[in-house]
Amino acid sequence: MSDYVILRHREIPDIKQLKAYRTQGGFKAFENAVKNLQPDEVTEIIKASGLRGRGGAGFPTGLKWSFMDRNSWPHYVVANSDESEPGTFKDREIIEENPFQFLEGLAITSYAVGAEAAYIYLRGEFWQLAEFLDDKIKELEESRLLGKKLFGKKYNLKINTHLGAGAYICGEETALLESLEGKRGQPRLRPPFPPSYGLYGKPTVVNNVETLTNVPLILENGPEWYRSLGTDESAGVKVFSLSGRVNNPGNFELPFGSTYRELIYGYGRGILNDAPIKAILPAGASSAILRATDQVLDTPLEYASVKKLGSDLGSGSVIVIDDTVSMDWVINKTIDFFKHESCGKCTPCREGTYWMSYLTKQIASGDKKAEQVELLLEVANNIRGKCLCALGEFSVMGVLTSIERFPEDFGR
Amino acid sequence: MNELSAKYPGEIQKILDKYPPERKRSALMPLLFLAQREEGFIRDEALGEIAQILDLQKTEVATLVGFYTLFHDEKGGSYRIQVCTDLCCALRGSEEFLESLCAALEISPGETTSDGLVTVEGVKCLAACDRAPMFQVQSEAGISYHENCTVEKTLDLISSWKEDQT
Repeated sequence: MSDYVILRHREIPDIKQLKAYRTQGGFKAFENAVKNLQPDEVTEIIKASGLRGRGGAGFPTGLKWSFMDRNSWPHYVVANSDESEPGTFKDREIIEENPFQFLEGLAITSYAVGAEAAYIYLRGEFWQLAEFLDDKIKELEESRLLGKKLFGKKYNLKINTHLGAGAYICGEETALLESLEGKRGQPRLRPPFPPSYGLYGKPTVVNNVETLTNVPLILENGPEWYRSLGTDESAGVKVFSLSGRVNNPGNFELPFGSTYRELIYGYGRGILNDAPIKAILPAGASSAILRATDQVLDTPLEYASVKKLGSDLGSGSVIVIDDTVSMDWVINKTIDFFKHESCGKCTPCREGTYWMSYLTKQIASGDKKAEQVELLLEVANNIRGKCLCALGEFSVMGVLTSIERFPEDFGR
Repeated sequence: MNELSAKYPGEIQKILDKYPPERKRSALMPLLFLAQREEGFIRDEALGEIAQILDLQKTEVATLVGFYTLFHDEKGGSYRIQVCTDLCCALRGSEEFLESLCAALEISPGETTSDGLVTVEGVKCLAACDRAPMFQVQSEAGISYHENCTVEKTLDLISSWKEDQT
């Protein structure tokens, strides 16, 4: 069996061709599910596998599926391929290189929740990727692996791509649904959550691309196999996107339980110019930033262990900072991102990110007067817990943790 | 006469077919991309035409153009070079790249070259953090990614566009 679960193209380069994918057993799991399993049985298998959402929140996937309201129809599945947070670039490689496994995962998920229509929401910049996927979907329809009365059963499935147009907020699932409905991508008040009120007000499962791509092999090899790959607490494998001041940035698929040291110094081949490592953003620009101590470097990459350090594993987008970089500059960059991407719906986020951008720019340009930093902390603390979606919360994480953990960079 | 409908009847139908007939507002963003294709920006009249196709108010169409950064309501260069200058790319030299590229083209970020060929601007994350400096090009042909870039290679690319135009 391949050493990879997700990035299988690293071993089987032509897996993006349907013929090669089918030679590897592709679409047998989907066929078997439709022919021999009840939808609920598929959901139970995914629950038992311990698979959690790979888009950042880490919510148990099978549990999410089981929340679908059975008194309201039709049901929809939406694949979230809006990855846009600095540090995150895994879904593009998955779709580009292993598209059929992703599409099979989406098809199985649709069957499990009784959806006969699924949408792939891609960020608008992935224009070429959408055209590529359209071709792959057409190929599947021609091979009778998608379409009507699949495998001689009553089940029909249509998959469509839909392009966003440049808005990070559309990665938030309710903003994504608004956008897919042809509106501004602004988050909805929750609850109700998408499994009861989603696309067009109908029950909807929104799953990340990487999450979905895990599904076919879990069905093929069983949930115990998947659990055996990770740790007791975090089952399976994860694609880590490694970027920043490392020699060999890129995507690396590792079983949960590997360490930051293995990721950064093994796969990433260490820091540029052998500079000392200073900080790690474990989950993209929204991270609670960690000082890269030996203890942090030797921490196993698991949801609970990273949480214990005072951060989150999130989407596994690891940004490495070396000692040539000052943290006040880092947070000015992250805040500028969130300021630009705030949808404007909630005042604390819309106004707060503006003020944090103004203040961090002043501080980063050398004006480290104590009152500026104090004001920055005050603004940040006034955003926390006061916004509809996570974007506001995300924007303050780097600010609060870098001032606390790197006081020397803020003249404190 | 609705110019957009007259020009792209097949493509409009293909877009509408993706969504339930009673939910055709979902076709709004794809139709805006279609309206933007030829000139690189969305003409004011196109807003009304899209509204007519989808039974919406013109303002409901216009609000999306303002919200999403890939839609433009003003003419730019035939090619928009959009350089990611977010954290991860900046850690690998993208800000210096943008500055040098603009200097070589004798423009400032956000400006268009005097021949109207190229607009260069800094943009937010394009999800290619491991291949910086990188940019996307928005043009009539759609959107394409260019990664691990140098100023020299980029100037060669621009020269090839110039040749295509003449």
